[in-house]
Amino acid sequence: MKVSIKAGLVAAIAFAGFAVTGSTLADEGLPEGVTAVKATPPSKDHPLDEILSGWTFRTPETQALQQDDFENPGYLWVERGEALWSEVDGSAGKACASCHNDAADSMKGVGAEMPKWDAKLNRPLTMEQRINNCRTENMGAKEWKWESTQMLSMTSYVRNQSRGMPVNVQADGPMASWVAKGKEVYYTRVGQLDMSCANCHEANYGKYIRADFLSQGHSNGFPTYRLKWQKIGSLHRRFKGCMKNIRATPYKVGGDEFVALEVYLAQRGKGLQVEAPAVRN
Amino acid sequence: MKQANTPIAICAGLACLFAATTASADAVTPDKVMFDDLEVKTSLTGAPGDAKAGKKWFANRKLGNCLACHVNKDLANQPFHGEVGPPMDGAGDRYTQEQLRGILVDSKAVFGPDTIMPGFYRVDPGARTAKKFKGKTILSGEQIEDIIAYVMTLKE
Ligand code: HEC
Ligand code: HEC
Ligand code: HEC
Repeated sequence: MKVSIKAGLVAAIAFAGFAVTGSTLADEGLPEGVTAVKATPPSKDHPLDEILSGWTFRTPETQALQQDDFENPGYLWVERGEALWSEVDGSAGKACASCHNDAADSMKGVGAEMPKWDAKLNRPLTMEQRINNCRTENMGAKEWKWESTQMLSMTSYVRNQSRGMPVNVQADGPMASWVAKGKEVYYTRVGQLDMSCANCHEANYGKYIRADFLSQGHSNGFPTYRLKWQKIGSLHRRFKGCMKNIRATPYKVGGDEFVALEVYLAQRGKGLQVEAPAVRN
Repeated sequence: MKQANTPIAICAGLACLFAATTASADAVTPDKVMFDDLEVKTSLTGAPGDAKAGKKWFANRKLGNCLACHVNKDLANQPFHGEVGPPMDGAGDRYTQEQLRGILVDSKAVFGPDTIMPGFYRVDPGARTAKKFKGKTILSGEQIEDIIAYVMTLKE
């Protein structure tokens, strides 16, 4: 494991209570497969001055786990997904590989554009929904449950094919109303603690809230291995956790509100590189 | 202290909207709290709080959890002080009991609508409040009076 001195400096600054700025990071202190952990906001009216990956806010110890795929506990799910890719399942007798061949070619860039508009269904689909659509429509196989090992393995594997590519979700055309809906969810105060996502991830990132060092709450690392979960988890699981912490009833995993929130979050973090599988505490 | 310019009339109006359903032994129920120039003059229980108990509620993650956002030297023995809000050191010099009561009951009435600090004596302020907490305030009136008594001891 290599722990960069500069990463240590970031943590020291964090402990001193200053906002972390990406400019203190050295190029050597980067997650594997990624060349930058920040992005420039595409427009002046973007709510953030600088778009910073959640990686920037983690301790050198946690960062180190993502600097080497051999150390990355999330990589196990990528490997499981790779095995599933060519496993035949369902009444059509097909595997993903039967139609999509080599994922390294066919799936490159796909994960950076999720959720993606589906013209047939007239709605955006998340990676999970896209995969289940192929299973039921193209394979004659049963849907995988959102947080099942198979689904997490496949989403990790497919998204990993886009690692290092900038998040580039479609936000115009038919997607615009989903971005707007997601934005509304993002800024709505919920729960007994009466907070919105923005209260923590926009107004107070770079500060400690009790033992937790707040990031900007981006989605580029998902599916993400969380040390607290001791496994990899979906973005919607994270949404759920954040809502429960403020004593709100979470929206349904896979439901339209969370899909819209996912669309908005991708748009908000546009330009950040895909890190899946990221490691967080 | 931040200058809050929330019209008091509106806050009093909001207070009137509070569901009057909380089972509470407190003398002043959440719907009956009266704001007067960013202050709440009347004790919520009609009795002075217990600073020793207040110290506990201040740190307790399930109750005040004030430590989540406020550094407090007096609780240096407790790990993990958050830094979202200003340090509590000397807050007893800066505020009166009446001002603290206003801040704790409904922080938004004092700091404005954008504050992250929760209002601790409000019923269902946010949408989609989890079932377990529906119709309930974060703290009881007694706990708030205890915390006020405790914060008043934080002198520099
Ligand atoms: C019988 C052929 C077939 C099989 C088997 C199949 N797919 Fe697909 N898949 C398609 C087609 C065709 C599309 C293009 C979209 C559409 O019209 O359905 C697609 C699209 C996709 C996309 C979106 C690609 C993009 O560019 O946005 C993903 C991701 C995907 N499939 C994953 C999978 C996975 C994972 C499996 C295995 C569990 C699988 N597919 C099995 C035919 C198949
Ligand atoms: C009370 C503060 C708080 C609120 C409100 C909150 N979160 Fe979080 N969130 C956290 C903390 C703490 C973490 C873990 C540390 C970090 O990454 O900020 C976290 C992590 C995340 C992450 C993972 C970031 C990463 O890089 O792995 C995402 C995504 C996220 N939150 C989204 C949301 C969304 C969407 C909402 C609104 C529905 C929300 N959060 C509301 C405190 C909050
Ligand atoms: C989620 C974070 C959060 C929590 C929890 C919280 N506060 Fe605050 N508090 C703040 C912020 C932020 C401010 C500064 C006002 C503002 O800008 O919104 C503040 C301001 C204050 C002030 C005025 C301080 C000053 O010096 O001006 C007092 C007193 C206070 N809080 C007491 C408490 C007490 C007591 C609790 C627990 C019952 C508590 N707070 C819980 C965030 C929080």
